[in-house]
Amino acid sequence: MVQVRLTRHLFAFFPQLENRELHVEASDVAGAVRALDELAPGIAFYVCDERGRLRPHVNVFIGNNPVRDRRQLSDAVQADQTISILQALSGG
Amino acid sequence: MSNPTLWVATRKGSFKVEKRGGRWQAQLAGHAGTGVNYVAREPKSGRLWALLGHGHWGAKLSVSDDGGATWRDNAAQVMFPEGARYLGQNMFEDATSDFGVRWDVVTRKASVQKLWVIAFGGDGAIWIGTIPGGLFVSRDGGASFELNRPLWNHESRGGDLFNGDGTGETKWFGTPASEGGEFAPGIHSICVDPRDPRRVLIAVSTAGVIETTDGGASWRSRNKGMSMDHTPDAEAEWGHDSHLIELCAGAPEHVWQQNHSGVFYSDNGAASWRKVSAPTQGVHFGFPVSCDARNGKRAWLVPGRGDNQRMAIDGGLFVARSDDGGQSWRKQTKGLPQEGAYDIVLRHALDNRDGLVAFGSTTGNLYLSEDSGESWSSVSHNLPPIYAVRFA
Repeated sequence: MVQVRLTRHLFAFFPQLENRELHVEASDVAGAVRALDELAPGIAFYVCDERGRLRPHVNVFIGNNPVRDRRQLSDAVQADQTISILQALSGG
Repeated sequence: MSNPTLWVATRKGSFKVEKRGGRWQAQLAGHAGTGVNYVAREPKSGRLWALLGHGHWGAKLSVSDDGGATWRDNAAQVMFPEGARYLGQNMFEDATSDFGVRWDVVTRKASVQKLWVIAFGGDGAIWIGTIPGGLFVSRDGGASFELNRPLWNHESRGGDLFNGDGTGETKWFGTPASEGGEFAPGIHSICVDPRDPRRVLIAVSTAGVIETTDGGASWRSRNKGMSMDHTPDAEAEWGHDSHLIELCAGAPEHVWQQNHSGVFYSDNGAASWRKVSAPTQGVHFGFPVSCDARNGKRAWLVPGRGDNQRMAIDGGLFVARSDDGGQSWRKQTKGLPQEGAYDIVLRHALDNRDGLVAFGSTTGNLYLSEDSGESWSSVSHNLPPIYAVRFA
């Protein structure tokens, strides 16, 4: 199982994910986002656009490293790794 | 008759404005901190629809069935279908060019950058206009939204890019109103004919006015009589920068248009337009226009100083009203600041209903008139930048 950590901003829209450890079955980041969407329908469209591309102001890390493939999220993940989905520091 | 509610969409949430204790008061009614481009009430169901632009999380449709007390994401979101592509321009630096830049026409995969306007047909259809230039319709009460392909594949945009490379040439240009920063076309006006919901007029920044009379199966330009000052051919069929069009609900042959290049009016359902600017009175440039629902010859504008400034003229904020189809204009200033005001009012941020007129500026000032604009009072000076006001 891969652990997924989310920015707290997403809990405003998906409160069912707050205050719990999130573990999903996935071999790449795209699979983790799909699995997350089963837990909280709609969240994949917050993280990615309708083409499956990571939104411009969203960052995803595997461990401490940003994903390389922002278009298809094909970066592989291992069972003991943690994926962090965070918002970029952009706003106003 | 009870007073209507005014819904105000802002950069930081949705606000509900109601008259209580003899005074119009604004209160935050959802989406705190989130950009809201437009809020409107579906007449038949009473459902409120808000078009959101999350800075990080993309464009979302939000709905409320309890007058704005609670909101939820609509189960069906607006998404471009697989294979939807459009022609765009990639500009790049090039020292060998006389202008220092050149551009390539590129084919892009479409994703929704901005939900800009929503409109409701008498047949229950829900229409939504987006950037980059997609028109979506729901015919099941919002349970699903479908891209209108005849317009998306229109020859003026380069033809059918679902099934090939099209003509490689588009006559639709961009608007800087995109939230993604891309200079892509946007559909900001949707006018459904109250007599026949198969007839819909839309307007595009930047392309012009386009009409269907068969429910969206086919589309044609409606830019005859319009002129522009940003292209060599002022009267070309395409390229017009309509800022907003609105038709008279009670007499839909009357259509008004605030355009980048002036104010236009049609008394034949947009078959032809007449320029009705009055530059000496400051009536020329602006974004919004609002037409009376019964008297098609009456409309309001909030003009600004041309495209070189885009703010109130000489520090004075005024509304301009015509009662004769644009032959003459009258400045309405009573209650509005006439010095030190540098507001600009965006295209959806002016509305009227039964003698009530309201407008809001990007400076967070909201003004309302109860006498068709003869006098004004401020509702708030401290709202976030205002994107839209709509009576419901």
